[in-house]
Amino acid sequence: MKRKLVVIGAGMASGRVLEHLLAQDPDGWDITLFNAEPRGNYNRIMLSPVLSGEKSYAEIVTHDDDWYARHNITCRFGESVVRIDRENRIVQSSRGSAPYDKLLIATGSAPFMLPVQGRDLPGVVSYRDLDDTQAMIDAAARPGGKAVVIGGGLLGLEAAAGLKLRGMEVCVIHLMGHLMERQLDPAAGYLLQKDLEARGIKVHCKGSTAAILGRERVEGVLLEDNTGYEADLVCMAIGIRPETRIASDAGLEVARGIVVSDQMVTSDPDILAVGECVEHDGQLFGLVAPLYDQAKVVAATLAGQAAAFQPVQTATKLKVTGVDLFSAGDFAEAPGREDIVFRDPARGIYKRLVIEGDRLIGAVLYGDTADGSWFFGLIKDGTDISAMRDTLIFGPAYQGGTGADPLAAVAALPPEAEICGCNGICKGTILKAIEGGATSLGDIRATTKASASCGTCTGLVEQVLACALGDAFEKPAAQPVCGCTDLTHEDLRRLIKARALKSMPAVMQELGWKTSCGCATCRPALNFYLLADWPLDYQDDAQSRFVNERNHANIQKDGTYSVVPRMWGGMTNPRELRAIADAADKYAIPAVKVTGGQRIDLLGVRKEDLPHIWADLNAAGLVSGHAYSKGLRTVKTCVGSDFCRFGTQDSTGLGIKLEKRLWGSWTPHKVKLAVSGCPRNCAEASCKDIGIICVDSGYEIGVGGAAGMDLKETERLAKTATEQEAIDLTVAFVQLYREHAKYLDRPYKWLAKVGLDWVREQLLDPDIRAALIARFDLSQSIYQHDPWAAHATPGAQAAFAPLADLTREAAE
Amino acid sequence: MTWLDIGALDDIPRRGARLVKTAHGCVAVFRTHDDRVFALDDRCPHKGGPLSEGIVHGDAVTCPLHGMVIGLGDGLARGADQGAVNTYPARIEAGRILLDAARLIRGHAA
Repeated sequence: MKRKLVVIGAGMASGRVLEHLLAQDPDGWDITLFNAEPRGNYNRIMLSPVLSGEKSYAEIVTHDDDWYARHNITCRFGESVVRIDRENRIVQSSRGSAPYDKLLIATGSAPFMLPVQGRDLPGVVSYRDLDDTQAMIDAAARPGGKAVVIGGGLLGLEAAAGLKLRGMEVCVIHLMGHLMERQLDPAAGYLLQKDLEARGIKVHCKGSTAAILGRERVEGVLLEDNTGYEADLVCMAIGIRPETRIASDAGLEVARGIVVSDQMVTSDPDILAVGECVEHDGQLFGLVAPLYDQAKVVAATLAGQAAAFQPVQTATKLKVTGVDLFSAGDFAEAPGREDIVFRDPARGIYKRLVIEGDRLIGAVLYGDTADGSWFFGLIKDGTDISAMRDTLIFGPAYQGGTGADPLAAVAALPPEAEICGCNGICKGTILKAIEGGATSLGDIRATTKASASCGTCTGLVEQVLACALGDAFEKPAAQPVCGCTDLTHEDLRRLIKARALKSMPAVMQELGWKTSCGCATCRPALNFYLLADWPLDYQDDAQSRFVNERNHANIQKDGTYSVVPRMWGGMTNPRELRAIADAADKYAIPAVKVTGGQRIDLLGVRKEDLPHIWADLNAAGLVSGHAYSKGLRTVKTCVGSDFCRFGTQDSTGLGIKLEKRLWGSWTPHKVKLAVSGCPRNCAEASCKDIGIICVDSGYEIGVGGAAGMDLKETERLAKTATEQEAIDLTVAFVQLYREHAKYLDRPYKWLAKVGLDWVREQLLDPDIRAALIARFDLSQSIYQHDPWAAHATPGAQAAFAPLADLTREAAE
Repeated sequence: MTWLDIGALDDIPRRGARLVKTAHGCVAVFRTHDDRVFALDDRCPHKGGPLSEGIVHGDAVTCPLHGMVIGLGDGLARGADQGAVNTYPARIEAGRILLDAARLIRGHAA
């Protein structure tokens, strides 16, 4: 007698189960198939080509009416199951019931919808089934429509690409710092974003949705950072959750998904489950390969054969035409793991292999995924790759050849081989220049222009020089930024500007960084260069700042901090002093000291107290003194013409004006100013980065002083008749320094490199000066804010406290 | 082994760290750029600097006081430096960070 099998859900997993089952035993089962969707099984992963118009629905149907009829399957489509009666082994639906001997739950998953205001408005869809897809196709049919896709994962990006192909204006909002962060590292995420943007899709990373706006239907999306996007259609593709309600109602064991054994059996021996609704060994499944493996095991278990499901590595490919992207295995960094990274910026290629011991365990490929399946095979099979390690990243074509010596490879290049892509310079041209007497990189740049533009071929040009000249070629001893790159700070700054690189992954990819996320030397420098050059585009990265700038206080040798309130121009009053005294009492500050820059330093503050003491000082009108920053520190003043019998100008007033203008700006190194009211120079202006000395006839501005590791007297930049001119020159000087100096060079070091004459030329040109001032003010519109006030929130206070306190847990 | 839930993964910024206070001193819990977690004593072997305040790069941290680089997985100083920091088992489950409770409460030596 035939046994009765009831299947709930006609999806890809259950479809595959039925195929296996019928192949093994065509007459063993009397099968009833319920499906809430009013249709049978189609290939869900092909919805993207349907959305983009590259395929039709008919082309993605895997099991049509004929197939079900041929196999005598009773289809009850459009009928949702409401209850499982385990005692009597009956499934009850909205329209009737069906008895079973074995039951298979394949309810799949439901899209996760953000719990924000407006989520129920017409025009807000998920991207899960054919109805969603059809809703999107309909929305795209109206000309000039705008769509916002929330979620920059696999599904969201496929939706975005499809909507774009159908003519909509599309913006993707993604919560994380880069797209597809579960499958891609930041470098590949950056390339993907660049590719999508080149197709006209706007990408907004680190965007947290606050609300979906609209009255009758959706009109727009508002983010937490107050950015707004207009939208006629909002597609939420932020994730899925297993559809488990029918199972939990029936009392089956359910965790995040329906819990199954290795045999795919639930906590009831007569009930099996398969697909996205299950949880196996604590893991959920969303990709198709493991679902097919599960289906095989389900069929075997039903047939009474021994089988066990073992999750295997899966590989991911993005189904967006023209975007080549592949990721497989585990590509996280960890001890004992090594990276092989290959970047070809000109062709937009990035490849990263992760090796542990002698095995390849992960791969991320972007731009050229031809070797993806070969790498995937190595990962799955655990192949010993030690013999081919050196050339592994070049793929199977290079295996078995001779070892790759870069110099030999360059020597073997024909004369017509292109070396410098920017200027179209081939090897022969460079060799001719060498024959003509060129012996250095500088000579080659001067005579052929090779490596004189983007600079990424510098290494190649040097190799050509080394091949041709042998020992006669000495590689220039220019100091690279750090071990992550061969570029100098100067080259790096130039390339960031010239090639409009506006994020850290952009710099690391386009300039061929040798590490996946930089190091403690290059990251703070990059963070400064990017925020100085692109104040509107770049997002400051706290994790790339030194501790003092991250915690807005100076760390001391015992791990406590010092707190210095700003006193504009060194002026204070009884109210501020009382607030400082009260704070010192309240937080039991061990030491209070007056600093060299005319401020008061509270030393020995515990990190968790920082946000609280700031809040107290804030309440008294005091703001951060930035005594910890590579930025404006203090403007030291004397009392000037207000009180002093020798004072010639209002030096205190000018000092306060300068401090109010410059505070909060980030600079390559710290910047200290002073304004003295007469040549007696009580504010010691002649050893400051910028020192102004007032005289009867105006203001003498000196720059490049120092009184630290080196002792330097300022050099005269200019003399101005009015206070306003003095302020303009000061601001313009600071901006020029911000735009050109190497990170951690004080102004005097920078001036020694570029020369005061050049600086003077720039600053005294009224147009250049005005432009510098405008750029400074633009940057200040973003960066001039009090970090103390920003940290007065409960969330910020919690972030400064320990994550957990176990001091009261007793030892056993 | 008893695992102790000390907080959510998202409580720690990527390439950052947070502290867990124990009777034996502070333990720094690090999160790398690719969402791995590591727990180490929050004391640099050089001069006791708080490693939790260092810049995290790859699977290493640079001490904020004098720049010694410590591997997060093995607690060993990198490069020419010598020194080691105690490490503690740590893992992530369902977005939560779990540390080995017994080791945390007993201290490393036990």
